[in-house]
Amino acid sequence: MAYVIGVLFASAVYMMLRRSIVKLVIGLMILSNAANLLIFTVSGMTRGSPPLIPEGLTEPAGVVADPLPQALVLTAIVIAFGVLAFAVVLIHRAYEVVGTDDLDKMKDTDT
Amino acid sequence: MIDKKSGVVKANTVILHTAALFLLPLQILFSVFLLLRGHDEPGGGFIAGLVASGAVVLYLFAHGVESTRRIMRFDPRDILGLGLLFGVISGLIAPFMGEPFFTAQWWTLYLGAETEIKLSTVLLFDIGVYFAVLGTILTVVVSLTEAEE
Amino acid sequence: MSHLVLIPILIPLLAGALSLVSWRSLLLQRWIAVVATGLLLLVSIGLLQLTREEGFVVMHVGGWAAPFGITIVADLLSAIMIVMTGVIGFTIAIYSMAMTPERHERFGYYPLMHLLLAGVSGAFLTGDIFNLYVWFEVMLLASFALLTLGGERAQMEGAIKYVTLNLFSSAIFLSAIGLVYGTVGTLNMADLAYKLGQVEHSGMVNVLALMFMVAFGIKAAAFPLFFWLPASYHTPLVGISALFAGLLTKVGVYALYRFFTLIFNGDVDYTHNILLWGAGLTMVSGVLGAAAQFEFRRLLSFHIVSQIGYMILGLALFTPLAIIGGIFVIVHNIVVKTNLFLVSGLVYRLLGSYDLKKLGGVYRHRPGIALLFLVSALSLAGLPPLSGFVAKFLLIRAGLEVGAWTVTGVALLVSVITLYSMLKIWAEVFWKPVPEGVNTERLTGEKPDSQLWLLLLPIAGLAACAVLIGVNGQPIYEVLEAAAEQLLNPALYIEAVLGDQP
Repeated sequence: MAYVIGVLFASAVYMMLRRSIVKLVIGLMILSNAANLLIFTVSGMTRGSPPLIPEGLTEPAGVVADPLPQALVLTAIVIAFGVLAFAVVLIHRAYEVVGTDDLDKMKDTDT
Repeated sequence: MIDKKSGVVKANTVILHTAALFLLPLQILFSVFLLLRGHDEPGGGFIAGLVASGAVVLYLFAHGVESTRRIMRFDPRDILGLGLLFGVISGLIAPFMGEPFFTAQWWTLYLGAETEIKLSTVLLFDIGVYFAVLGTILTVVVSLTEAEE
Repeated sequence: MSHLVLIPILIPLLAGALSLVSWRSLLLQRWIAVVATGLLLLVSIGLLQLTREEGFVVMHVGGWAAPFGITIVADLLSAIMIVMTGVIGFTIAIYSMAMTPERHERFGYYPLMHLLLAGVSGAFLTGDIFNLYVWFEVMLLASFALLTLGGERAQMEGAIKYVTLNLFSSAIFLSAIGLVYGTVGTLNMADLAYKLGQVEHSGMVNVLALMFMVAFGIKAAAFPLFFWLPASYHTPLVGISALFAGLLTKVGVYALYRFFTLIFNGDVDYTHNILLWGAGLTMVSGVLGAAAQFEFRRLLSFHIVSQIGYMILGLALFTPLAIIGGIFVIVHNIVVKTNLFLVSGLVYRLLGSYDLKKLGGVYRHRPGIALLFLVSALSLAGLPPLSGFVAKFLLIRAGLEVGAWTVTGVALLVSVITLYSMLKIWAEVFWKPVPEGVNTERLTGEKPDSQLWLLLLPIAGLAACAVLIGVNGQPIYEVLEAAAEQLLNPALYIEAVLGDQP
């Protein structure tokens, strides 16, 4: 898993350094996924059943997975979904308004 | 097929056209099932909202924006606002019961001999999420499609 | 009465939902905005009063006790920041009534504004790092949308930079949260502070500290990652610019204060030295960038960056006096910076431009506006008896006490350059005669503007605040002193949240 995360981070940064804004957004997507996987991995993956307590017992039977990282990742995915939906709309509009997808040509606001 | 008025390519095949008509109610029914099932088993407001919006979006692809707006009856923004309102209200009930914000409140309704329905603020919150997701996605998709045309 | 601590988050959320439902009526939305932000202000003052009496107001959402559920905590710093949020929200709501074109209002200006305020309040009040991340994202999403309302070319270009860098910092933040959870197995700030004190390998803790520092540094627009700010803040509507200038970067600064007093206070030599360097470089690069600018709002944007430097300086010096000074700068800056942006919008309304070269003559025709600008500008530069003077005086004295000569010298120098660029605006916009070819109908009052008082009211109010803070330094100083005491004594916070468990 560690290697997968490393490769994801690297490719995300590579994508973000390209000049095209479409690739920039793809880079951002990969980056958020990499961060999610990182949460999953470092918080310790266990092979276990869902953390639900069966009826009649007061504590779960057998080994259960830690529910917190899943909750974190789920929340992060929902947020990333919202933000990226916005980013896609943004680059679409930017492409319409500016007429290029080359970041090097978007320098009006820097001086 | 190319729409003559707008020049936009539409996937206007007969199969999709007809299928969307029948799938729409089925999918929405399924989404309500997911929403209500979500309490004890996998399911819940978020994915139910996604399924429902998937249904409407499919219909939109097949029949275009105008007819979609017609069958929705409400503006997607209304749905979104309603969802948020439900979410906030579900949390607001607990303080009136003297408990911290968002503590789940339960009421059990007995209908007849065997049936009982559990109503809770959790369900209210889930319905809120359902509407919020549905509203958000439809707002985005509808306004994007309108911008295209 | 621990419910009070949640109300500052609930009010904007509820108002946002309400104004979304009533999106057909613009009038209703405007009044919802004014009423809701006014209520927010009142509640926040109540909260400040409560925290002054009790020290900490803690609430466990949903009844789940501290290390497991989400905790909402208000200490004095949070309460002060919430009061500032209320002040700024209220002024912007009034200002927006006159200054927002109808087209923007139809595209959800008010709901987004409420969402932004909810995110800001949430970030100030939460006691859980993942919850902090969520509030950050709520706030960012709202700010993205507000930034691009209108869809002009410059806005799009600015927004792409803004969105990219902020998403990048969010990703770092999220990864850092994951690593923290992997290391100590908790996300509650108080629990975290307690457990990190007992972790042995301090190398990992330092890496985590740096990851958080970079993430918040980007959001606070600190050196070297501040470029997104001047590239985007001058592009949206002026009301939005002012809201961003007042609040958004301060949330990053607040997070830095919270994390580096409460959680990462083990290796002060290492982490706070880096902060010190960052602070100095941020001040210098911001003010030099501003000196080269000739666009009203862009000039002010660079000044935000340089002021952020002062705030971080207070944290980096890490003495009681320095922390007091740092918080004082935050409070003062929120008021003054927002006001300067509002003035720039007013001048734009009168003369139709933000370019300093195309402006002029405001003093001759409207001396009152010129005076209001001067109060804010001189306060920013730190002249007595205005609010900026007290703030900078405290910081510089703290610097001298510690013996950090270089950074103190830099701070003084930056003050002088700030004064220079404020005087530049003064000379160009207010003093010199109107350049030729500029339409002066609105300036001289030939074309009456019935809504002008709606713009003047918030500006005058904020200017009065700046003067009051300066003149009334003593009581504010006492509140801040108590706040700094709380910050420098994390055990209090831990005990307030966790109870007597540890």
